[in-house]
Amino acid sequence: MSDQDILNSFTRILRDLLLDDSIVLAMETKREDIPDWDSFNYINFIVAVEGEFDVKFKVADIESFQNVGAIVAETARLAK
Amino acid sequence: MMNWLPLAPDFRADLRAALSTPGATDCLAKLASLSGHRLGFLETIQLDRALERLRLTEAPGFSSVKLAILSSSTVDHLPPGIRVAGLRRRLLIEVHVGSYGQYRQDLLNSRSSLHQFKPKVVLFSLTAREALAEISLGASAAQVGDAIVQSVGELRLLWRKARDAFNATIVQQTFIDISAPVFGSYDRLVPAAPKRVIARLNDRLVEAAQEDGILLLDIASASERDGMGAWFDAGRWFQGKLEIAPQASPLYGDMLARVVAAQRGLSKKCLVLDLDNTLWGGVIGDDGLEGIVLGEGSAAGEAHSALQRYAKQLTERGIILAVCSKNDPAIAESVFDKHPEMLLKRPDIAAFVANWNDKAENLKLIAKKLNIGVDSLVFVDDNPVERARIRESLPMVAVPELPDDVANYVGCLAAAGYFEAVAFTAEDRQRAGLYAADAERGALLESSQSMNDFLRGLKMSVAYSSFTPIDFARVVQLINKTNQFNTTTRRYTSEEVTSIADSPRAVTLQFRLVDRFGDNGLVSAMILRPNAEQPEALEIENWVMSCRVFGRELEFEAMNIAVEAARQRGARALLADYIATSKNDVIKELYPSLGFANVNPTPATNGATRWVLDLAAYKNRATHIARSGASR
Repeated sequence: MSDQDILNSFTRILRDLLLDDSIVLAMETKREDIPDWDSFNYINFIVAVEGEFDVKFKVADIESFQNVGAIVAETARLAK
Repeated sequence: MMNWLPLAPDFRADLRAALSTPGATDCLAKLASLSGHRLGFLETIQLDRALERLRLTEAPGFSSVKLAILSSSTVDHLPPGIRVAGLRRRLLIEVHVGSYGQYRQDLLNSRSSLHQFKPKVVLFSLTAREALAEISLGASAAQVGDAIVQSVGELRLLWRKARDAFNATIVQQTFIDISAPVFGSYDRLVPAAPKRVIARLNDRLVEAAQEDGILLLDIASASERDGMGAWFDAGRWFQGKLEIAPQASPLYGDMLARVVAAQRGLSKKCLVLDLDNTLWGGVIGDDGLEGIVLGEGSAAGEAHSALQRYAKQLTERGIILAVCSKNDPAIAESVFDKHPEMLLKRPDIAAFVANWNDKAENLKLIAKKLNIGVDSLVFVDDNPVERARIRESLPMVAVPELPDDVANYVGCLAAAGYFEAVAFTAEDRQRAGLYAADAERGALLESSQSMNDFLRGLKMSVAYSSFTPIDFARVVQLINKTNQFNTTTRRYTSEEVTSIADSPRAVTLQFRLVDRFGDNGLVSAMILRPNAEQPEALEIENWVMSCRVFGRELEFEAMNIAVEAARQRGARALLADYIATSKNDVIKELYPSLGFANVNPTPATNGATRWVLDLAAYKNRATHIARSGASR
């Protein structure tokens, strides 16, 4: 699965989570770029990604992901 | 998790279609239908978000519930699962979440948002951490015992506070054990080891709940069954102090909604079983008595026996059993009479329907025979085509998605929690016998020349009294489970019933009907209160009667008794509302048949017609029911 595939899945997950089909994620997107993507929905997003890709992020990483691209990269690494 | 629910064919598309449906109530109906599917964490959040957009707190066909969660951990992720599970049971649950750790202050401060919210259900969702923090590992068994009694004692004060403040139903979550073993297997032998403390804490909690009439949300048992990994995620705890893992929130919500629904009489009442490849392996019509697989000697046969054993246990707690099978009736019944491994016997089955007709029609027939709603049925069938057919034509029937392996049938049925209870009464224990006696009554009816003959032959007597404490649980159950003979369909919590019974201004009546075939149990209850505008009148606020005793003239004798009680109070008239629902059509003519006059020719917006009975003019109606004085 390519990074772009993962990114597309992330877009779908966040659209579902916030019920907003206008959301488009890019690798550079940060949480504060998306209205409603608060810390609560960040945990929800992480839980949904972990469920979909059958991966588990480290608590330290969850705290320090700088942007969507960092989560994509870690997902790709774990899903290998 | 929740594998008894069928998968949604295309959730994303269905949700978006529901959202674009014009009209909030039509949209709600589509969301409710979606909620009957197996939804994961993410789907649950989406459905909830769609529901929130409707901003509905009331809707026709739905009961509104205000629920507050008082917690000592983060629970902000739980409301979606709770609301969606409510939707599944046609409950619109409004959830108030207090700030975490603030539950004591919120309860004690009468100006808090909790007090403004005025919950009717209060859930205490607490972790064991606080109690554990008080106990050092070296403490003796006696010291641990004292600490536990004190912890639970404090909790009981909070229960009382919540009850007094809101007249609410209290639900207490059991403590889940997320502790790490300190010794290993030896933990159980160390009084102050966390594992041991939590076990004792739960034991004490359950005793206190029993004494105080508190309902439990037993996630301790659920997490033992599912594995702690399914319920607790250490990462989420450190991240946000979530004790319930987000993935577990749909099931958590479902378990809670079961308790709330059970209290409102919305639990299922009847288990309808298919025969071939469900109650036994093979097809009786093809394989014959010797050929079907059941009982000792084969693993599959034992698994079918296990299902029968479970069904038998359900009858012992008051669940009605029925059979719905495509079979020749004589051949199907012969298995019950002749197969030595059958654990279920023919008298265990209150309604037995075997024919070649459409099963949807047969389920309606079963509900009619038993005088219960079709929505009280759970239909268990190994055949996915039959299951799909019933879901399609009778969406109100619960149809568990049985696993492929018969070994897992019992686990699936039990996990679905269709028959959640909030009491276990004498009537429940006897119900199987009551239905068997009904068969004898049916035989008497057939052999009688006339209805009068039949009623005379029954040799009925009624025992009545005001609500007595020993019967409170049954009265609450009767009021909340009865949908047909229910004049106003007002529901009452046990707290409300207790306070009405204690009120010197109210008149309460409970009726127990006995006949020559046995005691029918406590089958009717009536609540009368003074009317604020007409001080000389008593108003029948609610009157319920079990469908099992319809047509026995009990309504006439009960009214005779009610009139006498009202006259003793000095009342000159009885007032009553009949509020029509989709289920109480059977008593549409009740009040006119009792001699009441209509007051409002045009029903009110809630469907209520209003009735009045002049007590001076009322003459006792002759019935075939003798009085045997106070009940019990």
